Amino acid sequence: MDLLTRVLFTLLGLFIILNWGLLMTAIMRKLTARVGKRVGIRWYQPWINLVKLYSNRNSISHGVMFQLGPVFRLLGGVGLVMFMPLIYGSELFTNFSFAGDLVIILYIKFFGMLGMALGAGEGGHPYSAIGVSRGLSQVTTVELPFTLAVIALAVQYNTLSITEIVAAQQGGILNWTLFTNPVATAAALLSMLGIFMHSPFDLHKAPNEIPIGPPTEYHSSYLGILRTNAAILHVIEAVLFMNLFFGGATSWPMLIVKTFLIYFISVFVGVVFPRFRIEQSVRWFLQVPLILGIVAIILIL
Amino acid sequence: MAQDNNPQHNDEKKIQETREKFLKDYNKKREVESPDGQKIEVEPMKDYFSQQRPQRKDPHKGVIEKFLNWARSESIWVLGFGTGCGSIEIPPLSSPRFDMYRFGVAMRPTPRQSSAMIISGYLSVKTLKRAIRSYEQMMQPKFVMALGSCTINGGMYWDSYNTINRLDHYMPVDVYVAGCMPRPEALLAGFNQLKKRIREGRAEGANQYADHFDWYKANQKKIIKDWNMPDYNW
Repeated sequence: MDLLTRVLFTLLGLFIILNWGLLMTAIMRKLTARVGKRVGIRWYQPWINLVKLYSNRNSISHGVMFQLGPVFRLLGGVGLVMFMPLIYGSELFTNFSFAGDLVIILYIKFFGMLGMALGAGEGGHPYSAIGVSRGLSQVTTVELPFTLAVIALAVQYNTLSITEIVAAQQGGILNWTLFTNPVATAAALLSMLGIFMHSPFDLHKAPNEIPIGPPTEYHSSYLGILRTNAAILHVIEAVLFMNLFFGGATSWPMLIVKTFLIYFISVFVGVVFPRFRIEQSVRWFLQVPLILGIVAIILIL
Repeated sequence: MAQDNNPQHNDEKKIQETREKFLKDYNKKREVESPDGQKIEVEPMKDYFSQQRPQRKDPHKGVIEKFLNWARSESIWVLGFGTGCGSIEIPPLSSPRFDMYRFGVAMRPTPRQSSAMIISGYLSVKTLKRAIRSYEQMMQPKFVMALGSCTINGGMYWDSYNTINRLDHYMPVDVYVAGCMPRPEALLAGFNQLKKRIREGRAEGANQYADHFDWYKANQKKIIKDWNMPDYNW
């Protein structure tokens, strides 16, 4: 397969993921609204919001880093799509995955957030600074149990390639990592709550407290880029968990169902629990998930 | 100006004096020393803030603008800015009984991201200053909705020493919702009126503000005595 076909199919995958991400965001907002006995937004609201944001007539800049922040963030999302094998067994949708893609994906996942932190810092709003410091300190503690779980997986399957990890889980539901290595799965799923940043752990934006945190100063097309990226990230991070722990997907419908259910876990938890404070959140991640992660490593050795 | 009953408000010399008096020390022109001993003259009002006036941004033509206006009307992000008694009518809008989200209306906490502003009742002189700053920081196109009779002609505060009477002397208003106070249903009706106006392409308040900038500024400065901010807040 030549390079052009590969690029075109990666872009097609990106397009499908973006639209599914927007639709999934709308469905989840609708679900949380139904929990509050409201009707909620219309299913096509995220698309309208994007059109509106991109078509605002003016925008202002606070400097070069302010403009680069959303670009770095988008790079994080698009980079994840680039190196993630989406459909197992399909040569077209394996994208640019290679033998060591697990490592680069762990890196890119953090990269966008760092770029965003620099950009939001130049925005100069105090709420941005508070949001960034909270978000980064939480993400640092979230990464610990998640990385431990991923290392346990890499040792278990003796590979750093996501495609091979998915291949090892084929042939029945009992071959999934969920059943072959439940401790690592538990550690990763608990840290997933922090990765998706839903309610108990949404303290980087903390509605009603530091209204929206890092993107306080972002507007117009900057915010449009951030929202586009959020839609991509929600799906592609769910795809990462699907590939690592839930046996991957062999077709697009299966990918859509599995990502929906995985993302639904964090929404479900978010509807039930109120927000943590930062010290509670950090302490929680350093207790249960971290201990589970260490146990997973000890068991696998 | 009909709403200005106080003769002191029109004394130019007095206005200038109070303005200088109220300008904070950190906003005054002064000399500072840099780490390597250089003397630098700093004038914060000129150095830290943009001196540019608001620019008129012309709409696109034809079908494109119609489509964009439809998108704008279906995604109205309201700045969470409450003035006067009407601000208590806004929170119920997000409750199950009224549920503004189904109309594409949502609250945003920052002026940069919002496209509509609700002046919810009487505006005291002190709040007017904040309202203007927030309004000017919003991105174009921006819309203003005014609640209650206080924003139309002063209402029961008509002869108050401390509130303004007609809001549209200070910022361009798109929709008035009459009442004292209007109930949340009336607010939803107001949002529908605003949507209609946006779709018809008549909600060009930001351009009106840019075109008649001097007139609006003169009116605002007549009321706000301690003008310790730049003329246009980006």
